[in-house]
Amino acid sequence: MKFTLSWLKDHLETDATLDEIVERLTAIGLEVESVDDKAALKPFVIAKVLTAARHPDADKLQVLSVDTGSGAPIQVVCGAPNARAGLIGAFAAPGTYVPGIDVTLSVGKIRGVESHGMMCSERELELSDEHNGIIDLPADAPVGTSFAAYANLDDPLIEINLTPNRPDATSVHGIARDLAASGLGTLKTAPVETVAGKGETPVKLTIEAPELCPGFALRLVRGVKNGSSPKWMQQRLIAIGLRPINTLVDITNYLTFDRGRPLHVYDARKVAGNFTVRRALDGEKVLALDEREYTLTPDMCVIADANGADSIAGVMGGEHTGCDENTTDVLIESALWEPLNVARTGRHLGIITDARYRFERGVDPEFMVPGLELATRMVLDLCGGEPTEAEVVGYAGHEPKVVSFPLSEVKRLTGIEVPRDESLSILTRLGFKPLGNGEVVDVEVPSWRPDVDGKADLVEEVMRIHGVDEIVPQPLSSHDAVNGKILTTLQIRSRSARRALAVRGMMEAVTWSFISARQAELFGGGKPELKLANPIAAEMSDMRPSLLPGLLTAAQRNADRGFGDVALFEVSGTYEGDTPAAQRRVAAGIRRGTARLDGAGRSWSGNAGAVGVFDAKADALAALEACGAPVDRLQIEAGAPGWYHPGRSGVIKLGPKTVLGTFGEFHPRTLEALDVSGPVAGFEVFIDAVPEPKAKPTRTKPKLELSAFQAVKRDFAFVVDKAVEAGTLTRAAAGADKKLITGVSVFDVFEGASLGEGKKSVAIEVSIQPVERTLTDEDFEALAARIVENVKKQTGGALRG
Amino acid sequence: MTDIDQLERSITDAIAAAPDEQAIEAVRVAALGKKGTISERLKTLGAMSPEERQSMGPVINGLKNRVTEALAARKSELKDVAIAARLAAEKVDVTLPVRQSPAERGRIHPISQVIDEIAAIFGDLGFAIAEGPDVETDYYNFTALNFPEGHPAREMHDTFFFNPDEKGERKVLRTHTSPVQIRTMETQKPPIRIVIPGKTYRQDSDATHSPMFHQVEGLVIDRSANVANMKWVLEEFCKAFFEVPSVKMRFRPSFFPFTEPSLEVDIQCDRSRPGEVRFGEGSDWMEILGCGMVHPNVLRAGGLDPDEYQGFAWGMGIDRIAMLKYGMPDLRAFFDADVRWLQHYGFRPLDMPTLFGGLSS
Repeated sequence: MKFTLSWLKDHLETDATLDEIVERLTAIGLEVESVDDKAALKPFVIAKVLTAARHPDADKLQVLSVDTGSGAPIQVVCGAPNARAGLIGAFAAPGTYVPGIDVTLSVGKIRGVESHGMMCSERELELSDEHNGIIDLPADAPVGTSFAAYANLDDPLIEINLTPNRPDATSVHGIARDLAASGLGTLKTAPVETVAGKGETPVKLTIEAPELCPGFALRLVRGVKNGSSPKWMQQRLIAIGLRPINTLVDITNYLTFDRGRPLHVYDARKVAGNFTVRRALDGEKVLALDEREYTLTPDMCVIADANGADSIAGVMGGEHTGCDENTTDVLIESALWEPLNVARTGRHLGIITDARYRFERGVDPEFMVPGLELATRMVLDLCGGEPTEAEVVGYAGHEPKVVSFPLSEVKRLTGIEVPRDESLSILTRLGFKPLGNGEVVDVEVPSWRPDVDGKADLVEEVMRIHGVDEIVPQPLSSHDAVNGKILTTLQIRSRSARRALAVRGMMEAVTWSFISARQAELFGGGKPELKLANPIAAEMSDMRPSLLPGLLTAAQRNADRGFGDVALFEVSGTYEGDTPAAQRRVAAGIRRGTARLDGAGRSWSGNAGAVGVFDAKADALAALEACGAPVDRLQIEAGAPGWYHPGRSGVIKLGPKTVLGTFGEFHPRTLEALDVSGPVAGFEVFIDAVPEPKAKPTRTKPKLELSAFQAVKRDFAFVVDKAVEAGTLTRAAAGADKKLITGVSVFDVFEGASLGEGKKSVAIEVSIQPVERTLTDEDFEALAARIVENVKKQTGGALRG
Repeated sequence: MTDIDQLERSITDAIAAAPDEQAIEAVRVAALGKKGTISERLKTLGAMSPEERQSMGPVINGLKNRVTEALAARKSELKDVAIAARLAAEKVDVTLPVRQSPAERGRIHPISQVIDEIAAIFGDLGFAIAEGPDVETDYYNFTALNFPEGHPAREMHDTFFFNPDEKGERKVLRTHTSPVQIRTMETQKPPIRIVIPGKTYRQDSDATHSPMFHQVEGLVIDRSANVANMKWVLEEFCKAFFEVPSVKMRFRPSFFPFTEPSLEVDIQCDRSRPGEVRFGEGSDWMEILGCGMVHPNVLRAGGLDPDEYQGFAWGMGIDRIAMLKYGMPDLRAFFDADVRWLQHYGFRPLDMPTLFGGLSS
């Protein structure tokens, strides 16, 4: 919403400065978005050319002597063809910034003659494109005074960022009312007088869709003369960014902003028969004032004449009945339209107009008829003519809302004590009518405030006018105990997983929650309920089923920039469905190139190798461990999803059913489809699947038992079938004596012809901790025999000879 | 010169000439070994007369003792030389670089770090952290938050919609974190003090708008929380978050469907230095959050009686306050995963924001 200061002062008697007005507007909730105080035009003064002589060294230049009203005449070199003695124009002294040529003037010599300023053209002041000569003012223009003030160009323009709840402030009048209520002046809007019309309006109007049109007022004015509107009106319209058309149209635009009352004018001689307000026919077409044809649906409301739909109700008038310079008889419309319907119609047709803006917020129903009277008055004043009687159809009158308002609500909700009289006075100044003397008053809501429904709304009115700054911050009651844990288990896990992965040299990425349909399908997604109906781009259409595609493509982007060794992770949501439970919490990471734990790239101490499945496995386990998963009880199995390399990937399980994660190198087809080049390995762990830790009655750790006897290590090498998994073998060895054996690690895996076809050798180191006594050679032999026996039983392997 | 003297001279010369421990050992064996020159002399004592023995005994034993001492001294001397030689040989160029520790290379994304900072501050004020789903129903995202069907206020949010289901209902990507207000009220009795960080989505994209962004919502509901308390909480938060001793904030009446009264909040700052924002000084106002008293209809939607319970809520952009505090110029870079950006703007994994240790180092 834009308006100029002088326009505001038509409605508000005030001594306040521009700055005070701007500050107050923002303070009462009418946030000032911008102020153009026209300061750029201030330095230009009206000056008179006393003499004009040919430049001694240039045919097209003249040397002027100019009276700027500041004493001695000033010498100016000028190239304008219309410069002559006696001309009065706009002068810029040295030091002035001239916007049209983007130059700050200085005293200069032009072909050897000093010039102490400039006589300006309209283009140089950015008033128009006129540059055939310098500005040529009437002879009575006061020399030495401000050019901007003389030309009414010094009227500051204010733009406010209006919230959608304030239709009353879509008018200069309404803004003035708010300012007056806040004590910044007196509202002085002239009252609207009723125009006495003669005879009935010959065009009749029938409302067939009363649910969309709660009222319609219409009048004919015959014998008007429709030329250009007066300069003051044009200047205001231009200032707020509107283009003057002709007087009749300009009056409707002017009152739209002046009073928040959108109007429409029809050239009566172009209207066929009578008017009907009805729903549009399906597929009915309308040629609107923007010279575009719109196709309508029965959800939309039109004003039709005998030729069919003419105007789109509340949104835009019709081209066929528009007013032009030849209009002599004008029909003036002031109507009410159902706000939601106007909003929907405008949205569907993609039309944004000042009328729609107001109707969809809700115009003052009680100003429908006064609006018609005011428009008629202006038409008569500016275009002449003879009005008929106003015809008002369908308007049942306004039933004011009444809100029961306990005055204590102000203190209860804001914390500030506003005296009763002050609260009631604020409401009265805003047009509310408080009734009653008790602690609870009935407040009648004015017809222009459809947004006010309840007592909290009234608290806001009192608060904003009384002043938000008056509210002194008060501490929130403090809790009377040390604050406990404030994060949920899942939040703690997300946080721990992030730090654990970052400590492993990975960088946290935040990638889009939506990916392309193709990528989603590659990773098991693409469900219809997870497809956006209105994605921002085609490649951001599906909610991601996995964090991996986002990370893989991010790694490739980095590689394309020359950073091929990257380790990225993300801890965030993935989507298996559209319910809250189907949103998973996942930690995922990838390593590309040689970005291994110890560092990437070449080094004098040894080059990093390419990343692989075991790098991903280590990351996955680290993330799970950080989330409190029982890492020693996890099973690792083959059988990861299809986007992984089938022979170099695994699934991490807890028990037979719970899948905690997957890891591995990627299937070459997956990488190809994503346009990602390797080597690359990654993992995904489902941190919401880790069982909730058991509530413990005590934080005491189990007692530490330290053996007094020396721990020893024994090595074994077994020859097994190639298919035997190392995990099975180590579990078998460890199971030989759960009391004595504290650990089994694999230190060598070897395949070779010497072992026989399809065989491999797995060498393990068994850690043994005697607990009761030092073990004898016989004890060790017996233990070794049990280990060999157990491994043989579980894997069919034999001790390597 | 006696032959003993001669023997001693030759052994002493041999000791002195021995270049290493091995040579010394050879000298020892030659002199004191079973068949060594001195051992052989000692053996001759047995065949001597007592007188002879009396005079020769001390001579030969004296020789033995001196040679033994000389051997030990030389051996120790040679060992020192050997160690010195080994150490000299083992010298390396200690200026050769070592690999950087993984903990030094890793980075936490600024969004995660700022969420931790927010949690540290509100944890101190007695708040808990709540979360909710990204895919929401129209009810939780709009209707329960007092956005009437078809109201222009819904248009303030450029909403992402899913395709309608068989009942014609379409889910949305939440446009704000406010749905979690309702979800919390449905499951938790007042007093409620929560902050809700999370992802939010709007169909908008430029340098300061991203189709996905992050918000943090705050909600306080009890029997007395009012605008004065809200101003205090938000001022305390901004001071703590921006790590300045004081901030000046401007509360302007505004409009949000889910609060009444509603306010927007600007923070005073100095933006005169390129690429840098300083809070607690300067003459610019920058909008940083919206807030207000929870609308009675929202309390009702959450199953609470608005005459019994009251409270306030606020929402602000996590990405935005991160940009303000740490100076990233472009929001879009947050989601690009450029390792150079992460390396520069990200945080070290062991830099944990706490109030006792300072939010940022």
